[in-house]
This record gives sequence, structure tokens and C-alpha cells, in this order.
Amino acid sequence: MARVVVDVMLKPEILDPQGQAVQRALPRLGFEGISDVRQGKRFELEVDGPVDEAALARIHDLAESFLANTVIEDFVVKVEDPAEVAEAAK
Amino acid sequence: MSRTPLDTVEHAAATPDVELPWAELGLKKDEYERVVEILGRRPTGAELAMYSVMWSEHCSYKSSKVHLRQFGEKAPQSDAMLVGIGENAGVVDVGQGYAVTFKVESHNHPSYVEPYQGAATGVGGIVRDIIAMGARPVAVVDPLRFGAADHPDTKRVLPGVVAGIGGYGNCLGLPNIGGEVVFDACYQGNPLVNAGAIGVMRHEDIHLAKASGAGNKVILYGARTGGDGIGGASILASETFDDAKPSKRPAVQVGDPFQEKLLIECTLEAFKEKLVVGIQDLGAAGLSCATSELASNGSGGMRVTLDDVPLRDSTLSPEEILMSESQERMCAVVEPDKVDRFLEICEKWDVIATVVGEVTDGDRLEIFWHGEKIVDVDPRTVAHEGPTYERPYARPEWQDALQADDANKLPRPTSGEELKDQVLKLVGSPNQASKKWITSQYDHFVQGNTVLAQPEDSGMIRVDEKTGLGVAIATDGNGRYAKLDPYTGAQLALAEAYRNVATTGAKPLAVSDCLNFGSPEDPAVMWQFAEAVRGLADGCQQLGTPVTGGNVSLYNQTGEAAIHPTPVVAVLGVIDDVARRTPVAFQEEGQLLYLLGDTREEFGGSAWSQVVHDHLGGLPPKVDLERERLLAEILISASRDGMIDSAHDLSDGGLVQAVVESALLGGKGARLVVPDGLDAFTFLFSESAGRAIVAVPRSEEVRFNDMCGARGLPATRIGVVDGDSVEVQGEFALTLADLREVHEGTIPALLA
Repeated sequence: MARVVVDVMLKPEILDPQGQAVQRALPRLGFEGISDVRQGKRFELEVDGPVDEAALARIHDLAESFLANTVIEDFVVKVEDPAEVAEAAK
Repeated sequence: MSRTPLDTVEHAAATPDVELPWAELGLKKDEYERVVEILGRRPTGAELAMYSVMWSEHCSYKSSKVHLRQFGEKAPQSDAMLVGIGENAGVVDVGQGYAVTFKVESHNHPSYVEPYQGAATGVGGIVRDIIAMGARPVAVVDPLRFGAADHPDTKRVLPGVVAGIGGYGNCLGLPNIGGEVVFDACYQGNPLVNAGAIGVMRHEDIHLAKASGAGNKVILYGARTGGDGIGGASILASETFDDAKPSKRPAVQVGDPFQEKLLIECTLEAFKEKLVVGIQDLGAAGLSCATSELASNGSGGMRVTLDDVPLRDSTLSPEEILMSESQERMCAVVEPDKVDRFLEICEKWDVIATVVGEVTDGDRLEIFWHGEKIVDVDPRTVAHEGPTYERPYARPEWQDALQADDANKLPRPTSGEELKDQVLKLVGSPNQASKKWITSQYDHFVQGNTVLAQPEDSGMIRVDEKTGLGVAIATDGNGRYAKLDPYTGAQLALAEAYRNVATTGAKPLAVSDCLNFGSPEDPAVMWQFAEAVRGLADGCQQLGTPVTGGNVSLYNQTGEAAIHPTPVVAVLGVIDDVARRTPVAFQEEGQLLYLLGDTREEFGGSAWSQVVHDHLGGLPPKVDLERERLLAEILISASRDGMIDSAHDLSDGGLVQAVVESALLGGKGARLVVPDGLDAFTFLFSESAGRAIVAVPRSEEVRFNDMCGARGLPATRIGVVDGDSVEVQGEFALTLADLREVHEGTIPALLA
């Protein structure tokens, strides 16, 4: 079993009110030096069977049609190193 | 678009042969040539950006203007009208020193591309129009139209739109008190998302969009400017969707309702301290629109330094800054000695505010970037002197055949059992079914002044707590009627909204409209538009309710297939004391049901013909506006004098639809008797206009009958509120439980 991560971010030109709210809060909380914040979503998909090209193509489809709203969002599909996943589980 | 070197006015004058992408920006060749003629040279890139957005169909009304003039020419004398067409929104006197501003606009194309944000920013835009008049927004309404209820794309578009309206409106703390939801295959791919808003102010607080007084400062405040919807006004709203060119779709505007709430409070506080000379919200065409409109409505010119505009994206070119449609921004003109106080108020509300320019004593709008002049135009040529088209129009050839395909000849139910089946089918059809699943996602009661909300005939808001003064608003439109006869269809929409307002006990005062049509380049569509405008203007003249403003949305079509012509009409009314309102729901058993008005065999465009026969043909119901006016007077008097306890207007679906709604809402059934001279089918399903049902307490029956008799309004006793079923004597009975199941189950089953 392997984990595939889909990161969904608003496209750079799209307004991100949540990110802005976080950014405005930072100096109030004493964190200086952050000029911009953009907030996105991360999906971790546990995949049954091998993560081959076909599986990735399927995940790409599901990300494009369901996880991301491609009118306003971009997404990236990444395979997590199974070893790292196992390490993290400990 | 940014070129090096910077395309300054000087550079443009020196390089007359440079080719500009005017066609890509939506300008036609002759329009571009007109710009060159006006300027006496080729425009700079920034000037071209401004002209192209401001001369787009959406901003310039170039195809519709010649027809819309009728709203002014035929405007009835009305003492209530304080501000008419041309400002951000019309203003109406509602008495006791209060004025109300209201308007309906479309956000159709953006809502198809991105349903949530499209609908949300539609609400945001109309609310800013209201603030710009100096009023506090108090309620919103949303007339919506989607493709077939069972089409997969409807399941994508509708929930997004509804969530967007709810999300934005609920965050702003504005109750959503009315609107409509209609399904029809003709809206597939071209949903209509219209948004209306109402605001209240004192007479002395009215503000206008103009920049006067040389030396006064121009302040841009609200959100930073980003790459939102660049070219949206000219490209998105003015060109038909073409699947082959997705790249034409610009960045979607994203709304931030919390920023808008700050903008409301901040603007109203600045008004209260009388700091503002003129104000304009930034909607379609953004800064291009705000600067050119403010300058051309005032007495002088304006100079703007674009470098001072706060940006979200520092890579934006000056052209993009001018075209950006970033939401939640406004532009105010403030006297120099009041600027500090204005900025202080903005800071208090955490709203970014920047002086970006000043009013000059010349008559030019000049815009600078990095110290160089990139725009030098007469603002009037940008804002008001855009092209005007006398587009050819012609009654389509198919209109006669459509009207000849008479719905009155369709096979009718012949037995009580068949009637019963068709009643169930009707009240459970998507268009006639309860829209509770949708409207319950909106907050109706926030602010605590909502008196009536959906599914009442009109939404009603209390304006003054002490006196009980209130305003009511209803929006209506019926594309099926308008397709059969656009002139009559527009008047039927007006008549229905007018009647809906009166049914709740309020006196109709004024009209706003949102005219949704296909491509004006098609003579058949243009004919529909011309006829609908003529019908509406004539109707408003006869009813004495002036059009105060509104919006035109054209190009609602995919390929050759245009939507049904869909004029949506909002009528605003006033009620002296909201405690005297009339609800839809049956209140008490034993009360007598009266049918007001005349019932004829009128089934053209009816809900029955659609639901039972999937048919559209014949003629729509006849309109008699004098009768509408009389009916309204009776309904208002009866409400004021306590002669009726509930009332419901009859429209699509006919009498049986109205009775079922009143029964289900009140949890009380009705026993009906088919009156002499009518057959059961016509009695139940006819959609004759100018009718309502009322429930009269027995103690008031004589008085009520005398009133109707004295004023010549037919009033027929048709039954009594009673029991837990809707029964038509000698025909059938349906229990409330069965009716409720089909009426309330349909929409969740389709969409939830």
C-alpha cells in the first residue's frame, strides 16, 4: 500500500481571504517577516495495490474532477516514499 | 499586455501604426475606429482597455439602450420616485422620512463558470450598489433559473449557486427574503442567477455617483486589486460561450463577505459624518468604470495615479489594474480637509484606503503610471457616449406556429381520479414543488426585521420598529409565457410581482427589472427584447409604478439555442404597519375561501401543459392591468381592515397549486366546490391572471362581499378551510400528508 498526496492550492491570481486573514493575524501575534500567506488543501490517499502509471492517471482524474475545482484551483499529485510513510507511522 | 517601452499617450501619438489587440478585447472594427476618431490618435493600451470594457454590451447597453429609453419616456408620474434610472440604484420614498433603494442585477455567466463564487460575488455586487446610494442594505432576494432539474449539470450548478448566495449573504448578515427557483431545459448551459437587494435610508442621506469640486480627492478603499476577472466585463459577459476557446475565460472573481461587511459599516459611518461628495462601487470594469463614471457625472475632470492603487499582485500591468474586477472595492470623492477623517474611519474598520487621485477643473480623465501619462480621454466618451446599435429585429417565423399550437386543445382529464393524479403530478413537479431545501440554506431572519420570507408571496421587512412601517418585495418572471408572447409575458411578470406585493397587504410603488435574453445579434431575440421592454414600459405606465433601474443580460445562449426570453420583474411596495400583513397559510378552520377575479380557459404556457403534456404553445393568459390594480386595492384594503386572514396569488399551477400551498403551510385542509359556470379542470388548473384566493373569517363575510360588490370585483365563494385534506367535492380528496410528501420530497430527491 502506498500513499499518494494531492495538494490543492488556489491559483496564484485568485483572491484567498483565508490566507489573508492568517497573514494579517501574524504580526498581531508577534510573528514578523511574513509578507504573504496562501492556504490550500492537502489530501492523503491510501492506494490499494501498486502505484503505477495507471493508478496515477486515475488519481489525476479524480483530483481534477473532484478534489480540485480547476476553475479556481491548481493541484499537484505526488507519491510519498513508502519507506518514509512507514517511518512516520512509528 | 504590458509592452516596453510603456505605451504612454506621447508614445501612442508618435507611433500611429502600432497594431493593438482591439478584436481580442471584444471591440468591433468600427468601434475601434470610433475610439481613434474620438482621441484623434490611436489609443494607448490602457485607453484601449478602458474603452473596450466600458463599451462592452454589459457596461454600455449598446444593443438595448434604444429600447430602454421607453422606461423614461413612458414613466408614470409618481411622487414616490426620488432617484431614477442611471444612478447605482433607484430610490423610492416610502413615507415617514424613509427612502428605500432596490435593484436587481444578473450574474449569469460567472455563475455558470464557477457557481459558488459567481453567485456569491453577484450578491456582493448588488449590495455595493445599495451602499453606494447611501443606504444600509437590509435584505436580498435571488431569482434563479436552471436547466432541467434532472440534468447532471444542474446538480453541479445549483448547489454551488445556492451555497454561494447563502455563504455570502449569511456572512454579511443580510436576510434572504425572496426570489424564485425555476427549472427549464432552455437554461441548460445558461443558468440565470439574478440577485436583488434592498436598502433603507433617511431622505437626506441619498448619495450620488459624481465627482465635483476641483481639488477634491479620489479615494480607493476596500480590498487590494488583483488579477480577478480581468476582461470579465467585456469578454465574459458579452460573448457567447464557445467551448473551443476556454482560454477566453478569465480569472474568476472570489468574494470575501467579511471584507464587504467592513465596507458597509465603514461607508455608512463616512456618510453619517458627511465626508463624502460622490461615491461609486467597483463592479464590472472596475476602476475604468468608477473613474470614468465619477468624472463624467461631475463637473470637472480627474487625475489618477495608478501606482498608488494597492495591489495584491505586484506584477499587474496598468491595463490590468484598470480592468481588474477584484471585489469589495469602492471609490469615494472627498474634500481635502476631510480626507484625514475618512482615512481614520477606514483604518478603524481595518479597510485599506488610499488617495489615488483628485478632481481637476479641466474636463479630461488623466491616468498616470510611473510618472507618465497613459490615459488622456474625455470621460464622457468612455462612460456615456459608447456605441448605440439599432439592431435589426423581426418577429421570428416560428412565432405563428408556436401560438397556433393551442394548449387549450390538449387532452384534459376526464374523471375525478385522473384530476387527482394530475394534481399530484403538478404539485410534485420540480417547478411547483416546495423550494424549502434551497431557501432553508439562506438565513431569513438575521437582523430581526424579517416579517415575511419565502415561500410567502412577497418578502417583507420592517423598516421602523416604532411605527411598524415596512417594505415588501416580490420578483417574478415566466419565460414560457414570454416565449409565447414577449409583450404579454413581460406584463404578466409585472402583474404577478405587483399582485404578490399586494397580496401580502403592501402597496406597490416601483419596479426594477433584470432582462435576460439571448444574443442581440439574432433578429428574433432582438424582437423578443424589444417587445418585452415595450410591454413592461406600457405596463408600468398603466399601473403607475415607474421603473427605477435594473440590468440587461444578453448573450444567454449556447450556439443557436437562446434561452426563453426571461424578463424578471421586481416590484417594491410599502405597508404602513407590518402587523397588518397577510400571510399565505390558512389560519383557522371554518374560514371561507373566496376566489377573486375571473377564471377563463387559459392553458397556454401553463404549468399543467408543461407537467402533464411537456407542451409549450398557444397564447399566454390575457393581461388586464386595470383589473390587477382593482384586485390590489381590494387586497390591501381587506388586509388593513382585517377582513381577510390569509391570501395567496394565483399564477403558475393555477388555483389548486395555491390552495395546496396555503393548506400545507397552515397545516389545515380545504373543502372546495366547483363554482357554477366552470368545470373542475378549468377551475383547478387555469392560469388566468388577476386572481387571488383569500380566507375570510365568517364574521367579515358580509363586509368583504359588500366591498367587492361595490367596487366591481368578482368574488366567488369556493369553499371553506377545513379538515386535513384538500377535497374537491364530487371529484377527489388528497390528504395533506400525501400532498406534503410529493410537494416537499421532490427537490431533496433530485439535489440533496
